[in-house]
Amino acid sequence: MSEESERDTNPAAAPPCPTVSQRDQWMVESQVFQIYQLFATIPGSAQNLMYLSQLELQRDNHMQYLSKGLRHLSSAFSVLDANRPWLCYWIFHSIALLGESVDDELEDNTIDFLNRCQDPNGGYAGGPGQMPHIATTYAAVNTLITLGGQKSLASINRDKLYGFLRRMKQSNGGFRMHDEGEIDVRACYTAISVASVLNILDDELIKNVGDYILSCQTYEGGIAGEPGSEAHGGYTFCGLATMILIGEVNRLDLPRLVEWAVFRQGKECGFQGRTNKLVDGCYSFWQGGAVALLQRLSSIINKQMEEASQTFTISDVSEAKESLDGTSSHATCHGKHEGTSQSCSADYKSIGYNFINEWRAQEPLFHSIALQQYILLCAQEQAGGLRDKPGKRRDHYHTCYCLSGLSLCQYSWSKHPDSPPLPNLVLGPYSNLLEPIHPLFNVVLERYREAHVFFFTES
Amino acid sequence: MKEGEQQRVPLRERAEWSDVTPLPQNDGPNPVVPIQYTEDFSQVMDYFRAVYLADERSPRALALTAEAVQFNSGNYTVCQVRIKCFRLHLFLFISSLLQVWHFRRLLLESLKVDLNAELDFVERMAAGNSKNYQMWHHRRWVAEKLGPEARKNELEFTKKILSVDAKHYHAWSHRQWVLQALGGWEDELNYCTELLKEDIFNNSAWNQRYFVITRSPFLGGLKAMRESEVLYTIEAIIAYPENESSWRYLRGLYKGETTSWVNDPQVSSVCLKILRTKSNYVFALSTILDLICFGYLPNEDFRDAIDALKTADMDKQNLDDNEKGEQQNLNIAQNICSILEQVDPIRTNYWIWRKSRLPLSA
Repeated sequence: MSEESERDTNPAAAPPCPTVSQRDQWMVESQVFQIYQLFATIPGSAQNLMYLSQLELQRDNHMQYLSKGLRHLSSAFSVLDANRPWLCYWIFHSIALLGESVDDELEDNTIDFLNRCQDPNGGYAGGPGQMPHIATTYAAVNTLITLGGQKSLASINRDKLYGFLRRMKQSNGGFRMHDEGEIDVRACYTAISVASVLNILDDELIKNVGDYILSCQTYEGGIAGEPGSEAHGGYTFCGLATMILIGEVNRLDLPRLVEWAVFRQGKECGFQGRTNKLVDGCYSFWQGGAVALLQRLSSIINKQMEEASQTFTISDVSEAKESLDGTSSHATCHGKHEGTSQSCSADYKSIGYNFINEWRAQEPLFHSIALQQYILLCAQEQAGGLRDKPGKRRDHYHTCYCLSGLSLCQYSWSKHPDSPPLPNLVLGPYSNLLEPIHPLFNVVLERYREAHVFFFTES
Repeated sequence: MKEGEQQRVPLRERAEWSDVTPLPQNDGPNPVVPIQYTEDFSQVMDYFRAVYLADERSPRALALTAEAVQFNSGNYTVCQVRIKCFRLHLFLFISSLLQVWHFRRLLLESLKVDLNAELDFVERMAAGNSKNYQMWHHRRWVAEKLGPEARKNELEFTKKILSVDAKHYHAWSHRQWVLQALGGWEDELNYCTELLKEDIFNNSAWNQRYFVITRSPFLGGLKAMRESEVLYTIEAIIAYPENESSWRYLRGLYKGETTSWVNDPQVSSVCLKILRTKSNYVFALSTILDLICFGYLPNEDFRDAIDALKTADMDKQNLDDNEKGEQQNLNIAQNICSILEQVDPIRTNYWIWRKSRLPLSA
């Protein structure tokens, strides 16, 4: 890798006027390789000590950074005034990933706070008395699931929330983020994810969602935020997870999606969000998560690949058009629920649960050790918190999604979600091991299971 | 505060607001993730809440929403530095002053305000913080109300933003909406060409180019444009074979017509050309691999070029190059995967998987 990297970044080989993209990329590569080189040049046993020290997840410092955020945020956070459930989620999810918890009083205060964000007509707003919004609804619900316990889970008014989601639903299959708000793939995911985990998903909510997301898969293979927009890591995760949850993932061109996603991991070892954009720690989850989901779809992917090959051996053009033109607005709905193991019309209710309970047939398609290296050495701040890339400031968002991505890496070779990984698959000391997550919802697995019992057996 | 700008008078000291009782946020006795609002911020928001709940449709309410939005746009010197840092962290799911923007739209409708003035307002706010879903949603709403007369303004607005940040996701989405809803396609392909001339690695411009050739009512669609676009793209590939964007675009030109992609000699010949340079050939190899999986039969030139890329230890495998057609193709595909494992190590797992999934007829 270093040889190739050096050649590619050799100034002598560069054109006289590098483009903005090239210059920005080389600058980041230079910073990252400098960090990696620092360890590569340390001799012998000193290397091990130094390396292990830097590769250690600074649990105590992260916990301190996170805990402080729950109690005090500076005025700079005013820009996030409409997103306080997100702050709750980023912080509590990160704490849960670290295997930690907070005291009962703080949990009660959080439940009370989120209740004040819950709109009388359903859904959660970004702050008390504000307008309900699907994204902050997802953040609030995931926070309450992460807190766990009867008091927390029972505080969610599912009937009203369902009404809210129905009001946001559009005939084209998309959802508005809020009353008269914008429509895009994020809204599909946050709406369907919440409905799935709370067991309020039904045919009405699912109707045409697959068509909308299909129209967002681009010629590159990834998924955009709106039809015609550029393929993007965050929207790709959202679109893919949604298609899985509604049982229509087979409608996507999965081989192209796989190829696009694995090419987002670059020589810096982390993932970028779009082609020729810069690496960013949060895509450890958005892109790493997409690849983790695809890993569990190997039978469908293999089937699509075989069908594609057979089609072109026959060389039937019209048949080819039918089988590959999956993103056409005229795509047939034939085999709409083919992606799931069950045949009944309501099988999407169990998809979320079954998805992680089946044995994983496929090994990871991304480089999980390399990604761990990026997260621990480039995204981690030794004093606590994680960030986008070297030179950027830590924040709760990146802390949450870097840690989520790290967890996915550590368990990426595990055949079963409850199987702890072998030590050589966890970069750094084994104490770096985080809690496993449910990749469709990005909730710690244990909390998801508790919520599943609560919402599925009670009804 | 900008030099010469009038000193800001707190709302509670202004006569025109004396009849309103500000409404504090109901955070409860023990709020979590408590934000230490500045006095100015909390005061503006308290008055906003009062006006919002009273559903007061008035010019002063409209002015108040503008004041609230300004606090988040970084246009105030007092918070400039801190806000400046933080605006870089407006993330994928984040809404900004959702309720304020929403109420502003209600006011604009009720008060029948000149919407062209509103475009000016949005543009001033964008100067401080343009990565904000609410602002773009608002801009779209205003432009939609104005109709085709807004076209020129919107194309200029997005162009200005893209001149500073050529990959601005919201700006591109907005521009696409403008073209579809209000028109203005005539110069768009030229615009893409200009941007790509400046930065051939600008994937957003490539994506826009694809959007134009597939949706412009003036160009006849993908099939009609394919020949000229293939030539354009191959030129870009030859200039920068390490540029992933142009390779993806080339593949996209044959979307839904994979047979044409497999059979077009221009595609295979550009791959061969790059392979022979023995540098930056990952995308060329990957493309050949895909072509073979879809039925392409590589000739001797390809086999030679691929053999030249094999390392010494790879030569020990697949010794028998004289096997017949199908087996020979399988060997070539396997060799390609093996080479890619070596030269593209970050994707070793993927290439191993591809090797295990090669179709038998390859």
